[in-house]
Amino acid sequence: MNSTTALFYVFSAVLLGAAFGVITARSTVHAALYLVLAFFSAACVWMLLKAEFLAIALVLVYVGAVMVLFLFVVMMLDINTDSLRPNFWRHFPLAGLVGALIALEMTLVLRGGFDLGVAKAPTAAELSLGNTKLLGIEIYTQYLYPLQLAAVLLLVAIIAAIALTLRERKDSHHLDPAQQMRAKKADRVRLVKMAPTRAPAPPPPPPTATPDAAATEKR
Amino acid sequence: MFGNVTLSHFLSLGAILFALSVIGIFLNRRNLIVLLMAIELMLLAVNLNFIAFSHYLGDMDGQVFVFFILTVAAAEAAIGLAILVVLFRNRASINVQELDSLKG
Repeated sequence: MNSTTALFYVFSAVLLGAAFGVITARSTVHAALYLVLAFFSAACVWMLLKAEFLAIALVLVYVGAVMVLFLFVVMMLDINTDSLRPNFWRHFPLAGLVGALIALEMTLVLRGGFDLGVAKAPTAAELSLGNTKLLGIEIYTQYLYPLQLAAVLLLVAIIAAIALTLRERKDSHHLDPAQQMRAKKADRVRLVKMAPTRAPAPPPPPPTATPDAAATEKR
Repeated sequence: MFGNVTLSHFLSLGAILFALSVIGIFLNRRNLIVLLMAIELMLLAVNLNFIAFSHYLGDMDGQVFVFFILTVAAAEAAIGLAILVVLFRNRASINVQELDSLKG
């Protein structure tokens, strides 16, 4: 049992324990923090597989960005976790059976067919270049157009996320230029057809002050 | 059993991780955020398989594919959480069982 094997078992144990924590944590914040731990141990496992660039990318992108986004959302929403918990373990027998079957079937198939003990030895050129450079060469030559597509996909995701969550302030005095351009004359001015001259108003009735009222005022 | 780490060790780890997240989807059937997290775990298990094959077969293409999966998963997480926020604004709940306004 060499050190790589020992490290593999340690990282795997932490990874599976953290994954168990994610699915059973009582509070959603705890689940998000367990997921951070799971991603971190997965990055360590990827390091064992000599995929350094992707391991660091996993830590940067997932632990650094996606999980912070998750934590923001969890803390921003006022979630009543207790209302989501009743009968939590009710479906566990079925879920455990399905999960155990999935793991068992996959393990059976994989044990039989893919017992590759030793990795294919890297060539001297690959050794001198290193993982990151090899990946870069591969991506920027053979997969250049898919890379552009991925960039466009990320752009669309940014626009979609902003457009979905954008909320206008109610007290804002901002005017929408498009709406201003669309305004028509009829919306603003109403032309009323009128006769050029008005008929003279009837003379006001003469004041008919009664002598009694005048007498009371004097007094 | 505790000899060298072989490809099937990593594949079994991926399989167990995937099965755990399936169980998580069964258990957290009400909490939408934990459902999203379980999906992220599933993608992680798949990525682990890709990288294990890439390492043991000496083929870089698997790692390139993981790169693209990471991109798509990041976009998916961003849009999913945005939809979740809009949903919470409208319904004040993330309980999956209360989201039945489209039910026929």
